[in-house]
Amino acid sequence: MEILSNLALGFSVALTPWTLALAIGGAFIGTIIGALPGLGPSNGVAILIPLAFTFGLDATAALVLLTSVYYGAMYGGRISSILLNIPGDEPAMMTTLDGYPMARQGRAGDALVISGVASFVGAFLATVGLMLLAPILARVAYLFGPAEYFALYLLAFCTLGGIASKNQAKAALASCIGLAFAMIGLDNTTGVPRFTGGNLHLMDGVDFLVAIVGLFAIAEVFFFIESHGKQSAIGVKLDKVTIPVRDILNSGWTMLRCTVIGFIAGVLPGAGASLGSFLAYISEKSLARDKDTFGTGNPRGVAAPEAGNNAAAGGALVPMLTLGVPGSGTTAVLLALLMTLNITPGPTLFADRPEVVWGLIASLFIANFVLLVMNVPLVKIFVRVLSVPSWVLLPGVTMVSFVGIYSLSGSYFDLLLMVGFGVLGYFLRKLDVPTVPVILGILLGNAMEDNLRRAMVISDGDWTFLFSSPIAIGLWVFAIAGFVAPMFLRGFLKRPPQPATALPNDPD
Amino acid sequence: MVRSDRILGLVTVVVALAYIASATQLETSFLSDPVGSKTFPYLIGAVGVVCGLVFLYRPDPDPEWPGVKSWLSLALAAVVLVLYAYALKPLGFLLPTAVTAAILSYQIGPRVVPAILAGVGLSLGLFAVFKFLLGLSLFAFPRALIGG
Repeated sequence: MEILSNLALGFSVALTPWTLALAIGGAFIGTIIGALPGLGPSNGVAILIPLAFTFGLDATAALVLLTSVYYGAMYGGRISSILLNIPGDEPAMMTTLDGYPMARQGRAGDALVISGVASFVGAFLATVGLMLLAPILARVAYLFGPAEYFALYLLAFCTLGGIASKNQAKAALASCIGLAFAMIGLDNTTGVPRFTGGNLHLMDGVDFLVAIVGLFAIAEVFFFIESHGKQSAIGVKLDKVTIPVRDILNSGWTMLRCTVIGFIAGVLPGAGASLGSFLAYISEKSLARDKDTFGTGNPRGVAAPEAGNNAAAGGALVPMLTLGVPGSGTTAVLLALLMTLNITPGPTLFADRPEVVWGLIASLFIANFVLLVMNVPLVKIFVRVLSVPSWVLLPGVTMVSFVGIYSLSGSYFDLLLMVGFGVLGYFLRKLDVPTVPVILGILLGNAMEDNLRRAMVISDGDWTFLFSSPIAIGLWVFAIAGFVAPMFLRGFLKRPPQPATALPNDPD
Repeated sequence: MVRSDRILGLVTVVVALAYIASATQLETSFLSDPVGSKTFPYLIGAVGVVCGLVFLYRPDPDPEWPGVKSWLSLALAAVVLVLYAYALKPLGFLLPTAVTAAILSYQIGPRVVPAILAGVGLSLGLFAVFKFLLGLSLFAFPRALIGG
């Protein structure tokens, strides 16, 4: 079968000692990044991109490294959720509800192991799903013309506010800000400079990496300064870690159900890992016979969101690889990485560079196994890492960001831009304006405009061409529905009470 | 008390209108296509104006704004970072990094000696990692001293 031979190709690429080392190293770093509160997977991957680029890694190696970091961060988020009641990233928020009570009851080790196994099941099956679904979707993507791509980008922007978003106007504003930034620079079609104000540095436009690092990492530093690093790591004592086999087996069906839910949530553009874990927890709670024990330390309450969010992380890779539309905030950063490496995701990726895609999928499988093996015995090491105080960590993060961006371009202007984005990010987050659409706007703005113009050139200025094919019409319908729906669904999907500690605002 | 969102709405409308106005100033080249370089900016500006008006009419509840002291320290942090950006080229890596990291560290956890230690430690440590582990070319000392 074609899939098996492709997979064999992928493994032959991935099993070289170098890529294996990268996968293991990436998984380790990713787990630490995910575990540290305040430094979510998006931030971590964003900071590492410039470094990976200057490291001189080729496409496959960089992709292997950063997706291992991505998956690792998904695993890592649960460590601080369980031990400190502080979610390491937003998807891990649901894990605090049952994980922390379990830790207070002295069952921290059990909770960590269960969540580790659940994460593995979720990620593994999602990677299988990715493997099966992606080539099919890639073939469908051949039917996409400029009008369809324009509608698809519109769909991504409309749904990225998130099903649980509070104010659609703010999400729309964020998209506009991003698109406005994308317009800066030389116009692709006509060569006319736009919004540069005669400044030479802006002729090339705003680099999305600068924007990403500024909006995520630097803004985070401002928040920490404001809150004076109140999230100190005073942890729960961790004794010998044993494997609670009975609990794991009991949660078996839970893990499978939540994997499916999480995968679907991840595949939808705009939804992401947080939605996956949220839906998984809610559904598990409503299906359970012992509803009331959820929230007091039920192991299935730990398994459900973990399987869900890891599955969603895998699912989010599907639209990213096949259509070039990110399924979540972190995949937006991954898309940025691919564009840095001059790889355009889409159906051509599967046809022209299959070794990149299948090598990536194979290395995801490997990373999963590595993470499972690492997480159970090495949990104590990760816990020790958590006690790095924030007044060392955050300045370190800032310096790494600066060096990373500086090493890309050597221009002090980019650093200034980055600080500017940091300030902007601070205000946006304070005012509850989501930052992911801004990034998406900068990433996709030019492509979106190009597709619009190409469509108009093909149709000679006829606007109805945008609605000509059934795919395009379908996408428009979904886009409008996705934009309008949250305004009505707000009543239905009530979020469970958030933990009392401050949340890192990881836009996943 | 003016709601923050109303201010956001006002700022948004003004900026969006300015954006549209600035888009009208764009040159049109003779090699143009049916859409032109102005259309997309107009669309963006228009959506921006609508969003701004929505904020003006239905503002969300206010977020918690920090007090004056926090504003000052945030502004100081921003200024320090800007100065850092300007200082990297002429002054090399070690000195500005140590100073900036120390200041940031002091702002997060307000104790002077650990902050200075953190700053210097981070500067040296990161320099070692970047130069020797990752092979990035960073100047350690000010240009004037090295004679570069």
